Amino acid sequence: MNVETAMPYDEALDRYEPVLGLETHVELGTESKMFCGCKTTFGAPPNTQVCPTCLALPGSLPTANAVAIESTIRIGLALNCSIAEWCRFARKNYFYPDMPKNYQISQYDEPLCFDGYLDIEVDGKPVRIEIERVHLEEDTGKSTHVGGATGRIHGADYSIVDYNRAGIPLVEIVTKPIPGTDRLAPEVAKAYVTELREIMRSLGVSDVRMEEGSLRCDVNVSLMPRGSSEWGTRTETKNVNSLRSVERAVRSEIERQAAVLAGGGRIVQETRHFHEDTGSTTSGRSKEEAQDYRYFPEPDLVPIAPDRAWVAELKAALPELPSVKRKRLRAEWGLSELDMEAMHNADAIDLVEATVAAGAPAADARKWWMGELARRANESGSALAELPITPAQIARVTELVASGALNDKLAREVLEGVLAGEGAPDEVVEKRGLKIVNDEGELSAIVDQVIAGNADAADKVRSGKVAAAGALVGGVMKASRGKADAARARELILEKLGVSD
Amino acid sequence: MSAITRDEVAHLARLSRLALTDDELDHYATQLGAIIESVAKVAEVAAEDVPPSSHALPLTNVFRADEVRPSLTPEQALSGAPAVEDDRFRVPRILGEEA
Repeated sequence: MNVETAMPYDEALDRYEPVLGLETHVELGTESKMFCGCKTTFGAPPNTQVCPTCLALPGSLPTANAVAIESTIRIGLALNCSIAEWCRFARKNYFYPDMPKNYQISQYDEPLCFDGYLDIEVDGKPVRIEIERVHLEEDTGKSTHVGGATGRIHGADYSIVDYNRAGIPLVEIVTKPIPGTDRLAPEVAKAYVTELREIMRSLGVSDVRMEEGSLRCDVNVSLMPRGSSEWGTRTETKNVNSLRSVERAVRSEIERQAAVLAGGGRIVQETRHFHEDTGSTTSGRSKEEAQDYRYFPEPDLVPIAPDRAWVAELKAALPELPSVKRKRLRAEWGLSELDMEAMHNADAIDLVEATVAAGAPAADARKWWMGELARRANESGSALAELPITPAQIARVTELVASGALNDKLAREVLEGVLAGEGAPDEVVEKRGLKIVNDEGELSAIVDQVIAGNADAADKVRSGKVAAAGALVGGVMKASRGKADAARARELILEKLGVSD
Repeated sequence: MSAITRDEVAHLARLSRLALTDDELDHYATQLGAIIESVAKVAEVAAEDVPPSSHALPLTNVFRADEVRPSLTPEQALSGAPAVEDDRFRVPRILGEEA
């Protein structure tokens, strides 16, 4: 594997302008496969979800899954596409064992959905991504390459194939070329895939788990010299399987291509592979000639002609799309765009929304999810939603704080207890004895004790340096192990020392 | 002149991973040429009011409900495979060494 040189990103962008293109594959979450009744469960034992149709045994015939067709149209509508009045499946012929048929059923020049767009925001600026097409095809089987040094296809002695995934409905979403992103190209690519993922989630058409491959992205990048209007040769980077990798793949490909071009070289139109470990790409296709897929209309499946009234119904029934919902919630919660973007990036919006729905004020819900809980998630390297705590439990904690039963410090301890599996907030309060000290007698005794033990500070306060009371409040909090009501403690201290604010 | 060239047949043979001898290339180029010419006669009789079609039946929108049907067992699925390993289909090397 050649180690290629790279030009630092800033320099690359000083000299060249990138043009992007993104192809995203989404595995639909249907119960059964695209053209047969086999299950689609992820991670099942090898070749347990296969039948004569998806194994291409002689005499078997495919029939299209109605839900997959409907989901694809809904995706197209959510992406502002036109829906074909009439279209066909096509055979994509190629010699590779990941499909037992020796071809993949796909769509060629007649996609189900076309000419759409998706509006995203990057750095507070709106960017419109034009969608070329959304088409439906079937996923391929999973090959494992045996022998050779790296487990890669090159140099392997042979391969073994599991066809459980072969035939699962797969939607391909292709953008038109995206010029004009300039330095933000990596961020635009990431924001687009992020938004796409959220749309799929809100439509409920896929679980869009990049780590399980149900959302996969191919990233096309080309560069042209600044001031040029003629686009350069593009490369297509495959294997980009996390949102962060989308950003890194664009960046690294820009840096690599800039170095090649600046050195007087030429970009070869090719497939490249992204490597998670190094964040770089390597040339993917060997000496294989350019692909020649010999597409032709699939004779075993009749054309699709979506009824216009049905398409209109599907359009009317689309859920509120994530960007619209974010705008609405931002207004409802009275947040700045920056705050909202931070919550979006942290995947916190749905959680905060659910916490508000469970009765918490928006500001409190946001404070806990974006503060203490974000910190915990960060520490454990998990997503916010994966923390073992529910929005309803957060709402209960904010209620306890609002009623004066807990202060923020105690509330944090309660959250810690819930996260540690000690039970619901009220149980943790009970078990850990975390009720705030609001017994005046008990608090008064602690204050007396602290004043006695800090004569210097007490004298300063008596002489009018009210700010010195802070040290005494701190002492009370310490003596009560955080359970005192700090504001009431301060009032008592000033009262006992005969001063006022 | 034949409707398909010998080079085109060689190209298709390569895409299909068929190792054809020179004699076979000549043989199939002649045969395929005759087939293509026969099919082309259909186009000659098609009037302008006959749109090109890919399907013999005037059907659209034939779908199945999204319902799970029983699959084969792995033993059944793999029973016709020339080689099996770890309940998977074992296939020969796909690509040669990296260039």
